[in-house]
Amino acid sequence: MAMKVGSQTFTFPSRPVLTGWATVSGPKEGQGPAGAYFDKIFPDLTMQQKSFEKAEQLMMITAVEIALEKGGVAKDAVDVFVAGDLLNQIIISGYSALKVGAPYLGIYGACSSFCEGLFLGGLLVDGGGAQYVVAATSSHNCTAERQFRYPTEYGAQLPPWAQHTVTGAAAVVVAARGSGPVLELATVGKVMDLGIKDPYNMGAAMAPAAADTIFTHLADTGRQPGDYDLIVTGDLGRVGRELLVELALRQGHDLSANYRDCGEIIYSREQTENAGASGCACSALVTLGLLFNQNYRRILVVATGALHSPTSCQQGDSIPAIAHAVSIEFPKGGQ
Amino acid sequence: MKNLLRDPKAYQELAEQKKPRPNLAKNLFTAFVVGGAICTLGQFIQNIYIKYFNFAPDRAGDPTTATMIFIGGLLTATGVFDKIARHAGAGTAVPVTGFANSIVSAALEFKREGFVLGVGSKMFALAGSVIVFGVVTAFVVGLISALL
Repeated sequence: MAMKVGSQTFTFPSRPVLTGWATVSGPKEGQGPAGAYFDKIFPDLTMQQKSFEKAEQLMMITAVEIALEKGGVAKDAVDVFVAGDLLNQIIISGYSALKVGAPYLGIYGACSSFCEGLFLGGLLVDGGGAQYVVAATSSHNCTAERQFRYPTEYGAQLPPWAQHTVTGAAAVVVAARGSGPVLELATVGKVMDLGIKDPYNMGAAMAPAAADTIFTHLADTGRQPGDYDLIVTGDLGRVGRELLVELALRQGHDLSANYRDCGEIIYSREQTENAGASGCACSALVTLGLLFNQNYRRILVVATGALHSPTSCQQGDSIPAIAHAVSIEFPKGGQ
Repeated sequence: MKNLLRDPKAYQELAEQKKPRPNLAKNLFTAFVVGGAICTLGQFIQNIYIKYFNFAPDRAGDPTTATMIFIGGLLTATGVFDKIARHAGAGTAVPVTGFANSIVSAALEFKREGFVLGVGSKMFALAGSVIVFGVVTAFVVGLISALL
């Protein structure tokens, strides 16, 4: 049964195992540094579907199917399917859940959905009697751009602090037993809003949430940043990462040795536009694709989400943000 | 040191400091060159209409504008416009090509929602405000000119 440690952290004593996972991406991400590890890379953004929304659906369901196959789990053995995406009414997750056919919990944590799903998966397996929970998330550059910003083909010059939404989907099987990386504990974040209003500057809007969750996590567990081989944030980008390092330094935490941001990892230097990448799939693709294939013992993944809506921004409200942290251990020292 | 997470104002100042500065000189230069090139092309097309199609110089602007709008629309539909605009900024946005791009890109984007609720109602999502304020400004200026 999961136990609460400190103010916001939950441990999973039964040590739920990630027995299968899958990463699916668009063409640009496939050419990036993590691309070699992805399970499937679609060569174009439409993926031979009638709309970008259908393409995103195809990515999510493909990721779920590959993850189930790799984990050796049949669709009807899935106790709960937990999924979230960026679109209105998390419609991609809804349609994917229809195809998976398992009991479904839809979540919205914007780009923090990956860790929110992992946390809920851990909770359900650790104390809820579930054997298999599948957590999935997705984002598509063209579906997110049209919803949050401009039409895809609209010619706009972006500021250097803007980020590029990742096209991709990922799914993880959280199981009660088996072999693989272990969900050790998770820190559920609080919503933070320090008054950043520019929807292009999401790194600055989300950095305080990431900082708060990391500081709380360290206080709750009594750990130091050095207790992790790597601490990664989801999609702060260059601007947000610099702000987080500064915030941490002022609170007496030195993150310089082992902290990176997935938004700066997923694309190569030549591919990177402006401040880096964002999107639900950003942290998921980097974590499951790249980091799970390194020789780590324990990593802390802090997925960050900006919870604004286009309406809230147009009405001049500031951007509320959240970050959830999940500690993952690799009993075999990496896979 | 004070906790910035409890001090929104101090944090906003820090965030402002950490914002990378846009390369103003480069952006201005690219906008000037691209915008200038578009206008030169427009002038070239206008001269063709005058010389070869017998348009009076004061009437040649109409087919020229239509041609430039067509080129802007074509470049938008072929996915080239946004790549140029990413560097050119106001250089592509200010001439009539930018107006064409805002309409065609919206029409393309919302085609899948159908012709009535998609293309028809969303086409002017971006350009609508240009039309509204253009007409309002023209009315005010027209009023002033009539009174003078």
